[in-house]
Amino acid sequence: MITVRKLIKRFGPKTILRGLDFSVEPGEFVALLGPNGAGKTTFLRVLASLSTPTLGQVEISGYQLPGQAAAVRRRLGVVLHQPLLYGDLTAEENLKFYGRMYALPDLEARIVETLELVGLATRRRDLVRTFSRGMQQRLSIGRAVIHGPDVILFDEPYTGLDQDASAMLDDVLRKVAAQGKTIVMTSHDLMRIADLASRFDVISRGVIAASATRTNVGPDNLLAFYREAVNGGDRGKEEKTERVKEAGR
Amino acid sequence: MEADNMQYAITNTQPVSPTRAYFRALTAIIWKDLSAELRSRELLSAMLVFSLLVILIFNFALQLDARERINMTSGVLWVTFAFAGTLGLNRSMSTEKDRGCLDGLLLAPVDRSSIYFGKAIGNLIFMFAVEAIVLPVYSLLYTVNLFNGGLILVIVLGSIGYVAVGTLLATMAVQTRTRDILLPILLFPLTIPVLLSAVKASSGFMDGDALATIMPSLNLLIAYDVIFVALSFMFFDYIVEE
Repeated sequence: MITVRKLIKRFGPKTILRGLDFSVEPGEFVALLGPNGAGKTTFLRVLASLSTPTLGQVEISGYQLPGQAAAVRRRLGVVLHQPLLYGDLTAEENLKFYGRMYALPDLEARIVETLELVGLATRRRDLVRTFSRGMQQRLSIGRAVIHGPDVILFDEPYTGLDQDASAMLDDVLRKVAAQGKTIVMTSHDLMRIADLASRFDVISRGVIAASATRTNVGPDNLLAFYREAVNGGDRGKEEKTERVKEAGR
Repeated sequence: MEADNMQYAITNTQPVSPTRAYFRALTAIIWKDLSAELRSRELLSAMLVFSLLVILIFNFALQLDARERINMTSGVLWVTFAFAGTLGLNRSMSTEKDRGCLDGLLLAPVDRSSIYFGKAIGNLIFMFAVEAIVLPVYSLLYTVNLFNGGLILVIVLGSIGYVAVGTLLATMAVQTRTRDILLPILLFPLTIPVLLSAVKASSGFMDGDALATIMPSLNLLIAYDVIFVALSFMFFDYIVEE
């Protein structure tokens, strides 16, 4: 479903992704973990076709990026830090607008179903600027799934949510995952993601430093796995620095 | 209907024809901008208040006699439209950027020039709306008759050129930290040809000059509009690319 080979992304002189390899099978729910600045958001933006790879191959649902970006976008739903919603439009109007951007048929029925899915049917005619952060995030998921994408990308969807809002978001994510969608989600909330994802990949210094499936890693040892992956990367770098210093001597 | 029990009918859709998708996206953006503005009235009210203040200040500051008022009219009008237009362009693109909505537009599977044209037509509608209110108010304040077919044509052509470049530059400026000051710095030098031609053609029509005298300015306005709409069509994709 998603295949990434030797992905490099540079911003000017700064290299963020350093030959990253990544693949996801249909129906998988992959959690992308990693410290701040590891390259998670940059990687997700490349997958979302919002950022162009400097080098390397990216293929989603059989279509290449950036060459076949429009075909990829049709099969992709994206939820970012920001809700990507218009505060001066109602929930219904926001979905109607995005539905028209995707030229969707039966838009009214889709809007009703989507609002039911994200639990906002009773607030359909309320302006989005009156919504709480949690409600906006749920509507943002509705916006991302209204066109029936095969793959959904989530970038830190729990940011700024309280416990109740996070629990409601969990419910929505479980419903979306139950539809057989392929999901890639970045998160810092290890405990929450441990219950949701089927695979855990750790990005460190622009590459996938470690990967484990749910059969190997669960809520009990996810933190240890994550620390080992991140610190292992740091140790590797320190050892490399030492080797360079020794060679210099 | 319970969300858990429903048969979720949303599946991948067959792509509609590219032309149809293009125009649906374009009209969706116009509809969205107009709906949001009808509700908030932030953009139009700012442009309108600013425009009315400018013509009021010029009226009291210049203390002109009847003949001088006619001579000054085209200059005052175009200064007013240009500054009010900048306010509107900045606000229009800020709305897209502030809540990440520009990313939402870029994620849609449509040719990105449809986003440009949707935004530009929306901005043009707002500019026309302000001009439609400013013209009669100006006529009353300055006792100058502005209901002249030629002048209206110049305002339409000048506004198209101004908004065509302005929408492109506002998209560029909004991605920087200094967007509020960057837009006028980029926009005014680039729109000097359109503003000068518009002022000259407007004066010509108000003075009752022969069409042959006005035609060079009108031709320049038309050429400017065609060139900058074409350039914006070609370069918008590069400007929004990260």
